[in-house]
Amino acid sequence: MSETRSEPGAAAAGTESMRIVGTSPAHHDFVDKVKGSLMYAADWRMPGMLHGKVVRAMVPSARITAVDTKTAAAVPGVVAVLTAADVPWNHIVERASGGLGELSVSMPVLAEDRIRYAGEPVALIAARTPQAAEDAAELIDVEYDELPGVFDAEAALADGAPLVHDAGNTLITWNIGRGDVDAAFASADVVVRGTYRSQRVEHAYMEPEAGVGWVDTSGVITLRVATQVIEHAAHLAAMLALPENKVRVISSYMGGGFGGKEDMTVEPYLALLVAATRRPVRMVWERQESILASTKRHPFTMRYETAARSDGTILAQRVDIVGDAGAYPYLSARVLFAGAALACGPYRTPAASVRARAVFTNTMPSSAFRGFGAMQVTLGYESQMDRLAAELGLPRETVRERNYLERGDTIPTGETVGTAVAVRETQRRALEALGEPSPPSAPGRKVGRGFASNMQPYGRTIWFRDKAACWMSLERDGTLLIRTGVTDLGGGQAASLCQIASEVLGVPLDRISIHIGDTQLTPLAGGTYATRQLYMSGNATLQTAYELRDRLLPVAAEVLGAAPESLVFAGGSVSAPDGGTLSLAELVAAGEARAVSAAHLGEWRAETGAFDPDRGQGHSFPDYTFGTHAAEVEVDTETGEIRVLKYTAAHDVGRAINPMRVEGQIQGGAYQGLGYALGEDVPVVDGNPQSTLFAGYLMPTSMDLPDVQVIIVESGEGKGPLGARGIGEPPCGPSAATIANAVADAVGVRLEELPLTPERVLTALDAARDATPPAA
Amino acid sequence: MRVELTVNGEPQVADDVWEGESLLYVLRERLGLPGAKNACEQGECGSCTVYLDGTVVCACLVAAGQAEGAEVVTVEGLADGDALDPVQRAFLDAGAVQCGFCTPGLVVAVHDLLARTPDPAEADVREALAGNLCRCTGYEHILAAVRLAAERGGEGRS
Repeated sequence: MSETRSEPGAAAAGTESMRIVGTSPAHHDFVDKVKGSLMYAADWRMPGMLHGKVVRAMVPSARITAVDTKTAAAVPGVVAVLTAADVPWNHIVERASGGLGELSVSMPVLAEDRIRYAGEPVALIAARTPQAAEDAAELIDVEYDELPGVFDAEAALADGAPLVHDAGNTLITWNIGRGDVDAAFASADVVVRGTYRSQRVEHAYMEPEAGVGWVDTSGVITLRVATQVIEHAAHLAAMLALPENKVRVISSYMGGGFGGKEDMTVEPYLALLVAATRRPVRMVWERQESILASTKRHPFTMRYETAARSDGTILAQRVDIVGDAGAYPYLSARVLFAGAALACGPYRTPAASVRARAVFTNTMPSSAFRGFGAMQVTLGYESQMDRLAAELGLPRETVRERNYLERGDTIPTGETVGTAVAVRETQRRALEALGEPSPPSAPGRKVGRGFASNMQPYGRTIWFRDKAACWMSLERDGTLLIRTGVTDLGGGQAASLCQIASEVLGVPLDRISIHIGDTQLTPLAGGTYATRQLYMSGNATLQTAYELRDRLLPVAAEVLGAAPESLVFAGGSVSAPDGGTLSLAELVAAGEARAVSAAHLGEWRAETGAFDPDRGQGHSFPDYTFGTHAAEVEVDTETGEIRVLKYTAAHDVGRAINPMRVEGQIQGGAYQGLGYALGEDVPVVDGNPQSTLFAGYLMPTSMDLPDVQVIIVESGEGKGPLGARGIGEPPCGPSAATIANAVADAVGVRLEELPLTPERVLTALDAARDATPPAA
Repeated sequence: MRVELTVNGEPQVADDVWEGESLLYVLRERLGLPGAKNACEQGECGSCTVYLDGTVVCACLVAAGQAEGAEVVTVEGLADGDALDPVQRAFLDAGAVQCGFCTPGLVVAVHDLLARTPDPAEADVREALAGNLCRCTGYEHILAAVRLAAERGGEGRS
């Protein structure tokens, strides 16, 4: 056991039988959610609360010549009107690469002299009623000199393109590579090429951005907001020119986030209005405001060249990725790193040359979105694998099987894959689950099958030296209180930690209470992003529970007169082999009598490393989750409509801590990926979004898609607690390539641009028809 | 203006209601019932589904004045204290909840569906729920919850 304690991630599944882990109990937040009693960010109220409103620019590129707030300030009920001049330090600095070479560009909290995207905040209003805030917002008079803008990332790379920032339009260029790529291409039997494009996508979490702020005891600016990252409190303190211990951020349970609540949303505006008025303020973005101004998934243009031998063995890949960062840096540098690092997918690529650039445009910023760059490239590498198979006349399975990574293989960053790779099993089982082929339902309709494998990191990029802390206390009545800074997106982040603690300390789940996400009351655990919470906080919780149990073991052993290693913590008590038992309440009292505390703070640190951007080699991510999705589709060659008939999704999760939640993550992720594949798009023309209505944003409803048949593979090996791997992001990766490959199988044409709309299908069919002379 | 209505069996009065205010706003902001969620304000997502005189509606599309004298039932009115409605129990047991923001609206919509059609066909369930968007689950566990609640019939609260 001592090895397990010092290195919880290395614990192999099956080393001890589990009582709580591996089951699917409903947790406290589920009960509140079905009753409608969970208090989300916008449900919170404070006495005398004001209503905050952001006034946004409606032009994409301009110089501000004047801002007149007098008329707005005179509206009855308006308490404060703020502009850039009122922000103590008008900068948000995000060094998303960790200092590995991005341009130094700060983000103004409120635009001062320059507008860089339609929707950029210019002023803030706090009023006694939402109506007064609305009325005042209409009366803020901003004068602009409109400037030329650039609205497409590739156009922004051209010489002489309008500059979004004076420092330049290329935020960062990553190069990752190894081996002699040119020689490999020269010696190849076959080279396949493709250029793939993905679109701008909205997170469309059901809960719009919201929060309430107030001044708490001793002048602490306190925000209770829907956020994935409470650690932004430090940014807020800098902005307000306050010490860090005078800003507190509490995360409410979120109504979804998917990366869209990883950057700050309402926080800086709320903090400024609270600091200015010294009164409670609530801010809730309307859906249209959210679609207009919130961050989006990066549109990628991906150019692939793959060189292989005639048996399908990959020799080398050249990949060039351009990601549209929008107007400000946010997390683009890291998203494009992930795109570059994962560009070759779960395949041995002895020689690789990958370049990925994040490029500014005058559009709303792009940033984190479930999959985080590693998702977009799946369309690239999995379309290439099908192209390679077609070129060589080999089965699609065979070409992949020849190249799938295995433990011990080296990936393009130069790292060795250190854990089990069960991608073959996911492929076999996803395909098997499709069952017998379906016949077309009508003439003119064609049925086809496709599949795609993926590889998605879990855990932060390794050079950020990640850590997570957890505090645990057995109370005098034997109940357990957990405090940890995790935020809960709705993926069961808090509930999974309770299951882990319950497993180790033997406290029944209904006797555990968890307090999460509060910068001043919970030890920090890092945000809920990068599929890191189970990996990081899961390990922190496991380690803290082990350490607490270790501390109390000698006490229990002494009371029960048994050897410490013979004791079992289960069902709310400690039992000895001779049948003697001690309730946890009695254990706490016995500890107290011996000056042994039943409260403990534990901290877990992830493995660390460094990346050398000049050599394009080094450490990138702690580990990966592998999977394969498969689909059968029917394409109507008259209308271009794609109907998904069957869909299967297999992922190796190492060990499923809560199988029902794992299944829910995979189904939901696959659906989000299918929405991205088939219809979701935020079209922006000359910097202006064409629709900000939910009605115009085509996400899947219960009518649109078949059930996702989930296959949970448990290799028993992962770096999370008890051998678990993260499953938050991975399941949205393979969907688009799966459908594109199935469509190609059905109708013989390959679509390279997302979403795969009926128009694009028809255009591709027409082009193929024009290119083929009519049969004699 | 003043609006008088019955919510979850109790008479309620909302004062100072302004022109154009929605029933959703009255419920959430004036009557302290935040169960119905405000997610789109366009009647596109179903997160604010409530009963209005026995018919399910998107509360964001109902003007407060239209609810004058009406019987409204929200998600808060389905459970009897700690005793969950069978639909709520089925949502728990089937794992139909993730972030939970669409859940109150879905629970009311499913409650209505099963009251009208105790044993609905799969296609009818999918159609009945097509107006309730969920971004987390892929709907599958929600459909399972509907089947579970239907199988259990009107079995008592739990």
